[in-house]
Amino acid sequence: MIPLSWYVMFSAALFSVGLYGALARRNALAILMAIELMLNAVNINLVAFWRYITPDYIAGQVFALIVFTVAASEAAVGLALIISIYRRRNTVAAEEIDMLKW
Amino acid sequence: MLSLLQIAFLVAAFLTIVSAIMVVTTPSMVHAALWLILALAGAAVFFIILNAGFLAVVQIAVYIDAIAIMIIIVVMLTEGATRQQIRQVSKTWWAAAIAAILLFVGLIAIFLQTPSLIAEAPALVMSQDAILEDLGTALVDVNRYIIPFEIASVLLLAALIGSIMVAWPLVKGDKKEEVEA
Repeated sequence: MIPLSWYVMFSAALFSVGLYGALARRNALAILMAIELMLNAVNINLVAFWRYITPDYIAGQVFALIVFTVAASEAAVGLALIISIYRRRNTVAAEEIDMLKW
Repeated sequence: MLSLLQIAFLVAAFLTIVSAIMVVTTPSMVHAALWLILALAGAAVFFIILNAGFLAVVQIAVYIDAIAIMIIIVVMLTEGATRQQIRQVSKTWWAAAIAAILLFVGLIAIFLQTPSLIAEAPALVMSQDAILEDLGTALVDVNRYIIPFEIASVLLLAALIGSIMVAWPLVKGDKKEEVEA
């Protein structure tokens, strides 16, 4: 059988890769993709803890479903913002979108 | 000796991590989105190994079908900007790499000090069908998770209307802003 530590180590690796992508990439779309990777790592962790710690208590899966919903809304709004910014300023580079930078 | 399940886990983990690294390093946005699909499919494998079949289906239906395809469409819509960009990583990418490695090492160090993590999966009391049925009733049961469920549906509606409003084509009056930018 697979010990729980394999899942948490895998999730940690996936989350770290996503963190690197979100911090290092210039393209706003790539940042969004990296955030999706991080959300996935969290979700795998949630389901793994549900399966290993409280398999009789369905809350873990419900929580994962809510995370799915939030990820979908976040992606939809994020992509709409990117389209809008691209139309107005003809760029998708995160560092060039600095109108609010003081 | 590795069991079949462990081999499946290791193969899926390897594939997911490799495609995740490709997502964050490949210069082409379309290729990154395609690698993202592979990484998301790898995550679905873990849900299946963890006896959460419904979540695996949702993962494929929501992430791969909806989010990944939407990202590819937006990549194609904004291709003019992505193609000009030669530099894909910011100047301080090394700091990001250090932060990610530090986080990973720190998490692993914590895991190694947590003895309860070597636990094996307890046997499932309920059958797979019973778990799925429990999940379904839990989401609409007044005494359980109906409030989060309804909030999630309102959130989706708000995101739907919000993204339509945000991505609405420019009207004539907004042209001034475009010239300024």
